[in-house]
Amino acid sequence: MAYIIQGDTGDWEIVIGLEVHAQVISKAKLFSGAATEFGAEPNTQVSFIDAGFPGMLPVINEICVEQAVRTGLGLKAKINLTSVFARKNYFYADLPQGYQISQYDQPIVGEGELILDLPDGGTRTVGIERLHLEQDAGKSIHDMHPSKSFIDLNRSGVALMEIVSKPDLRSPEEAGLYLTKLRSILRYLETCDGNMQEGSMRCDANVSVRPVGSTELRTRCEIKNVNSIRFVQQAIEYEARRHIDVYESGGEIRQETRLFDSVKGETRSMRSKEHAHDYRYFPDPDLLPLVIRQDFVDGIKAGLPELPDDKKARFMAEYGLNAYDSGVLVAEKASAEFFETVAKGRDSKMACNWVMGDFFAALNATAKTIEDPPVSAANLGQMIDLIKDGTLSGRLAKDVFALMVETGKAPAVLVEERGLRQVTDTGAIEAAVDAVIAANADKVAQVKDGKTTLLGWFTGQVMKATQGKANPAMVNEMLSKKILG
Amino acid sequence: MSLDKATVRAIAELARIEVKDEELDHLAGELSNILTFVEQLSEVNTDGVMPMTSVADITAPLRADVVTDGGYPEKVLANAPEAAEGFFTVPKVVE
Repeated sequence: MAYIIQGDTGDWEIVIGLEVHAQVISKAKLFSGAATEFGAEPNTQVSFIDAGFPGMLPVINEICVEQAVRTGLGLKAKINLTSVFARKNYFYADLPQGYQISQYDQPIVGEGELILDLPDGGTRTVGIERLHLEQDAGKSIHDMHPSKSFIDLNRSGVALMEIVSKPDLRSPEEAGLYLTKLRSILRYLETCDGNMQEGSMRCDANVSVRPVGSTELRTRCEIKNVNSIRFVQQAIEYEARRHIDVYESGGEIRQETRLFDSVKGETRSMRSKEHAHDYRYFPDPDLLPLVIRQDFVDGIKAGLPELPDDKKARFMAEYGLNAYDSGVLVAEKASAEFFETVAKGRDSKMACNWVMGDFFAALNATAKTIEDPPVSAANLGQMIDLIKDGTLSGRLAKDVFALMVETGKAPAVLVEERGLRQVTDTGAIEAAVDAVIAANADKVAQVKDGKTTLLGWFTGQVMKATQGKANPAMVNEMLSKKILG
Repeated sequence: MSLDKATVRAIAELARIEVKDEELDHLAGELSNILTFVEQLSEVNTDGVMPMTSVADITAPLRADVVTDGGYPEKVLANAPEAAEGFFTVPKVVE
């Protein structure tokens, strides 16, 4: 399923590396005691450190360190017991210090890996280059005044993890799968909420192209701050095409930072970042090297939750589900828990079908969340019990499920209230079958002439006559016996 | 090590320092002298020597994750050349 772009001179492939900025879940900022909560009044969560006042000294927040290590372990990465904070120097209105405290040649987390769950059920491993801790910048708001930008420093100094992939991704789709999986892992670990809309997870994409079969790495362009997975994919697609067009018309690609315009669906050069790659990093003299102990790392490791890959493997082994279904169910911890509650002590395949089918459809249709589901896991489980014990047919269950969504009532209550019990009484079914046969002598003749597909039509008629309550298997059996003998 | 005028111009730009053309020659000479002076350090063989970050053998102290600061926007904004509605305001910077 290689993703290949056909050009005028031949076939091209894309080389993509992603840099994700994930906001660390912590109460206070990386180097100050100011709060991190989203949506506060402007500049109310700012200490003198975050505002870059002279003489203020940063002190590292231990929970931010713990969160970075936890994320590193979740990515099966090497944890560096000694890491160094460095200053990345640049001027911008929302960066009051004139530099960002980041990590450069000695990050806290080294190489790791992330496994993509492909749509066909297969997997592909993507390398993680590094993860480092750094400060976020403030926020510029451009639409409050015709000639001014408004600066809010509440976000200034909030801890970010910059997670850098190796240039292992080969299509916009893989980039999307990478982001989806990374988001899922971060949410399992509770180190970042993964909310791209609020900006707590932001993505820069490094894109280059090369002729298929070549192993060179050509000049890349970096597309900054794309705020949804769909936009990342669009931006990559556009950028790759642009590179190919430039190469095929004899031009050269210049390494630069570009911006994605989601309205026009195109990328364009950010002129302000022309010199941006000259950051003049140097170790921050305000901060000693960060040294952590192996037993600190081991303690975090011992407390890791079951992560999506392990859970997926367990779902396949324990419940007999296929790779695709397992992957979908474990993407969110809450949906995995929901499924396990439904499946507990029941037919797991049936539980999977109901959760993945009608339940997810109802979730979408009602715009509810798995935390506040339209049908509780207990009720869905009870409904499956009613199918198993013959009270409900599959068809009746669909009606009952719709009523559960509508009323929130338990399935057993609805069955009683609405008289939706499946009819398994042979006499009643036989009467309905006889009536339908008697009323449709012409079609009976056609079936006898070999048009057996019409039997399905007869089943439908009998089900209709019994308001859907007849046991479909019994109806089928009786129909073929009576018509075909 | 000696710097040319173009490099000095680039450094000035990155540091947002305004430098007149007639100052460039002088600055290039001065900066080159400083670099040459510091370069003497490379005569010392430091193979296998870890960088010293402090004279005492101490590591970075850590802070508990507790909100202990903030909540004084008027102080944060007190020295701002321009502010409005609780924000700093600056000439529009937008791509």
